[in-house]
Amino acid sequence: MTDLQNFRIETREWLSDNCPPSMRVPMQSEKDTCWGGRNPNFSCEEQKLWMQRMGAKGWTAPMWSTAYGGGGLSREEAKILREEMVKIKARRPLNSFGVDMLGPALIKFGSEELKKQHLPPIVRGEIRWCQGYSEPNAGSDLAGLQTKATDMGDHFVVNGQKVWTSYADKADWMFCLVRTDSDGKKQMGISLILFDMKTPGVTPKPIKLISGSSPFCETFLDDVKVDKCQVVGEINHGWTIAKYLLTHEREMIGGFGTRDAGFRSLGQYASEAVGLKQGRLANQLLRNDVIRWEVDAAVFALTAERVSDESKAGQGVGATSAMLKYYGTELNKRRFETMMKLKGGESIEWEGETSKEGWLARSWLRTKGNSIEGGTSEVQLNIIAKNILGLG
Amino acid sequence: MALIVNEEQQMLKESAQGFFAEFAPMSELRRLREDGSDYCDVLWKRMVEMGWAAILVPEKYGGLGFGHVGMGQIMEQSGRALASSPLFSSAILGVSAINLLGSEEQKETMLPAIAVGELTLALAIDESRHHEPQAVALSALKTPDGFRLNGKKLGVVDGHSAEKLIVAARTGGDAGDKEGISLFLVDAKASGLDFLRTSTVDSRSVAAIHFDDTNVPADSLLGSENEGFVALSSVLDIGNAHLAAELLGIANESFDRTLQYLKQRKQFGSMIGSFQALQHRAAHWWSEIELCKSIVLKSLTAIDEGDFRSPRLASIAKAKLCEVAELSTNEAIQMHGGVGMTDEYDIGFYIKRARPAQMLFGDYSYHGDRFALMTGY
Repeated sequence: MTDLQNFRIETREWLSDNCPPSMRVPMQSEKDTCWGGRNPNFSCEEQKLWMQRMGAKGWTAPMWSTAYGGGGLSREEAKILREEMVKIKARRPLNSFGVDMLGPALIKFGSEELKKQHLPPIVRGEIRWCQGYSEPNAGSDLAGLQTKATDMGDHFVVNGQKVWTSYADKADWMFCLVRTDSDGKKQMGISLILFDMKTPGVTPKPIKLISGSSPFCETFLDDVKVDKCQVVGEINHGWTIAKYLLTHEREMIGGFGTRDAGFRSLGQYASEAVGLKQGRLANQLLRNDVIRWEVDAAVFALTAERVSDESKAGQGVGATSAMLKYYGTELNKRRFETMMKLKGGESIEWEGETSKEGWLARSWLRTKGNSIEGGTSEVQLNIIAKNILGLG
Repeated sequence: MALIVNEEQQMLKESAQGFFAEFAPMSELRRLREDGSDYCDVLWKRMVEMGWAAILVPEKYGGLGFGHVGMGQIMEQSGRALASSPLFSSAILGVSAINLLGSEEQKETMLPAIAVGELTLALAIDESRHHEPQAVALSALKTPDGFRLNGKKLGVVDGHSAEKLIVAARTGGDAGDKEGISLFLVDAKASGLDFLRTSTVDSRSVAAIHFDDTNVPADSLLGSENEGFVALSSVLDIGNAHLAAELLGIANESFDRTLQYLKQRKQFGSMIGSFQALQHRAAHWWSEIELCKSIVLKSLTAIDEGDFRSPRLASIAKAKLCEVAELSTNEAIQMHGGVGMTDEYDIGFYIKRARPAQMLFGDYSYHGDRFALMTGY
């Protein structure tokens, strides 16, 4: 038997012993997502157990080096782990901007001290991170950010305002883009710094969205003192890191909607909503919408697979994350728009038991942000046009 | 298996690219249009010499056994070049039908002959203007020494040039039933056959074939009597996956040519590709083509691997490629502006080939419906 086959068997056994039964059923709502952190909000004891067990094994970040608490797995092994988790319908043990975004950037650009300090708590789900990027006057034009970090010798003093910081009110630390130099080109003079949200002068304030939820905050920074050792990479050269991080964010957002395990197909959802007539959906025009969505979703999922396979084999054009983000989010918006039509009157309910407190209406409204956050669809198209197609 | 093209397939792709650039330039398509011929015998001979007619033929019968992903690379390049040849009718549909249905004897006599270009075939299925394989009504009545065929076939690609026809006929049941369909190998010179050739928008042609008491011997039956539909569906799945590959070539080439034009054409003192209105459309278009690459590769891979999802994937592939080929060829003309409307400019040839390829064996509405029915709605 090969090593990989052995690994598969061991993994299967370990998961079977360690994944609690309630973590093997699809999530019912966003509330079932596990974010960890200093003040975790576990939906049940088993969710906590599952996060801790996976964290201790390093499998919340399977491919990170064991030196930083990661799983130390090869690509092939990580794929096997994913497959075995899908097989038993295991939920993701930890949702984490630390794992998905900051971690990869720290591994690539951070100092050894920073890696040792920050990566292990991320893997174990002990520290929850948030991202301080956008500002009121720097959205699509991110490099125009103005939050100022003044050099005080061994530390910076940061002043300014961030906006759209996801879960800033629940996070423990922030990775934050600041201006450390105002002369010259705007892309130069940006630095990426890390600070504890408990530092005096940091004030997050939730923003209520059209969907009624408040996943984002405005974060006010008033004379926030940040030690210079918490700068990732070189001072004034944070833009490169910021872009690298955005690539990971794009991949994360683009994947929403089509790859979340356990979600019923739209065709099945539609059959239940409007019924069948001689084997076909009873509403012909909506059937067209459903078919077109299902075709595109199937092809999109295969594309995510191909892009990943090609990058492993060293082929492909790269920079495809902009395309995945653009297409994936537009697809997700279409899905919810179609679901609204399929559900008819029930879809507009904001409260009440039948509609699960307006779950559909709220989720549908939330998807409108998918093609704005992490770079709008228009920004993604700009990236494709300029970086891939060479249209100046 | 990983969703990537392996080295051997990549080599096939590159050699096909070079081949078509050298032997099937656009000037050749214009010459064929002048002459009113569907394809050039010399080009086909060269393709046979390249071994392409043998790609899907198992090694046992003198073939290369390279598989569908390999053949798909050639179809894609053929689509880029708009090259016309019997490759699709004979080396893909013909070989696949005989492979799936043929007796040992039929395989031994025909497969090696196709592989070396001595025999060409054509598949005759549809009888109306829309693809509907189970609607076959052409009747095959048993006679003492074989069958007697009566009826008609429409839109048969290479129907007037092939040496043998593979004909779907009804030996039982009624039009619309899946049961009762049988396939026959009919010599093009058989009595009672009448061919009407109609030229099509892509400067190729299709044949309408009338069968008037056409007698065929008993051993011309391909596969089991009354049970041809399942295998026919598999042949059509293969055909549609390869048409999707051809359409991918067409979409890709329309895109590449248009992108080049966007970088070269100047208006208002700038290259038109610097205008965001066109940049965003080009970027969206590129994204759609990226998606198409995945489904074409997946559907061909699934056939090679005998994946049970092959029929579904073939329908998704054909549907998606119909949509994107339409987008591509329309955008190509629009972004070329006035010159895109001229016969002198080559870009117009792509839309003309795309539509017949989209329609053949089912367009978006056919395959979208089929895919939905297969998944229960």
